[in-house]
Amino acid sequence: MSPPLADIATYLFTAIGLLFFLAGTVGLLRFPDTVSRLHALTKADNLGLGFLAVGLAFQVEHWSDLLRLGLIWALALLAAGTAAQLVARAALTEAGRRRREGR
Amino acid sequence: MTAPAIDIVLCATVLAVALAAVSGFGVFRAVVFFIVYGVLISMAWLRLDAVDVALAEAAIGAGLTGVLLLSAVARVTRLTGSGSYRPRVNALPAAIAAAGVTVALGWAFLGLPVPRGLTEDVARNLDRSGLENPVNAVLLNFRAWDTLLESVVLLAALIGVWALAPDSGWGGRAGVPQHARRGGVLESFGRTLPPLGLMIGVYVVWAGATAPGGAFQGGTVLAAVLLLVAMAGLLPAPRIAAAGLRLALVAGPAVFLAVGMAGLGWGGFLVLPPAIAKPLILGIEAALTLSIAVTLALLVLGRPEPSTEGGG
Repeated sequence: MSPPLADIATYLFTAIGLLFFLAGTVGLLRFPDTVSRLHALTKADNLGLGFLAVGLAFQVEHWSDLLRLGLIWALALLAAGTAAQLVARAALTEAGRRRREGR
Repeated sequence: MTAPAIDIVLCATVLAVALAAVSGFGVFRAVVFFIVYGVLISMAWLRLDAVDVALAEAAIGAGLTGVLLLSAVARVTRLTGSGSYRPRVNALPAAIAAAGVTVALGWAFLGLPVPRGLTEDVARNLDRSGLENPVNAVLLNFRAWDTLLESVVLLAALIGVWALAPDSGWGGRAGVPQHARRGGVLESFGRTLPPLGLMIGVYVVWAGATAPGGAFQGGTVLAAVLLLVAMAGLLPAPRIAAAGLRLALVAGPAVFLAVGMAGLGWGGFLVLPPAIAKPLILGIEAALTLSIAVTLALLVLGRPEPSTEGGG
């Protein structure tokens, strides 16, 4: 007996999501500078978590859980985007300060 | 008896992160590892079905304490010019002492008889508590003493922080001035999140009567909203001498004490008559939430700094 279609969809989408997390982690560890590392990190947060949420959406018992999953993803998107901007700006300011000080 | 793989991985990660936090990679990294440790411990509580504890650990243990420690690191960096502060004491005796305490605690814990616990007593009396969530029934009714004293401890901690204020800063705005860029991302984040944060914070408090949640967890969410608004530069931090602020700070402990004193008429301090226990507890929780939110936010903002502005 084959597993229900919803379970297959969950396996598929969460697997894709985990792949993004893996790639994001590798990028975070391997990329040379702050901005590229932020790029890798936010990809994991945005797409990885998004695919996880889509995968889990096939398992909900009540439609209101879909709203909760969507809210969690939206909030994580908002927070990750904002944090990435702030870190990038801090890195820029820091780089500028070092250039001025001739280091 | 075999534990599921996820629990083994979780335990191993908790231990590894805890070790990384105390291994002396510098203060900033230690704090970051401490925050990760809090998140993992919160997941461990979830695995144990202790959702109330998980919520409190995530909100207060990882979130709020993490922010407090981060601002302490920033302050140390500002004062000393570097964040690479290292304690001068030898780490080895401390490590041996800590390991000894851990082993002794573990030995004592395993030596104890399996406790019967109070679960049955609480379950039997739950309908007299006014609440359906047994955890909050204990916190706000059966053992209200502890919660009352906790709320007073929070207030005392804030008074301690304020006591460090220089004379010229007394009565001024809490903390250092925030430098958020006008029209920047932090400002728009600070405008977007508060409505959602307020809703979630109030919901967590309200849900505490029947489901995991409560004044401390919800209050922490509200404190985060207040902090975000202050850090985004949308509202100035409050002046610590403002009457409204002082009122918000003491409202929780004061209402709690007043209800407790009224209980003397029904048979003892903090005795809640079952018929009106729920409205009384809701009243206490509402006041407590306000006080907890404001106190926690002000703890993070810190003491007022020496005044450079002229009165206005």
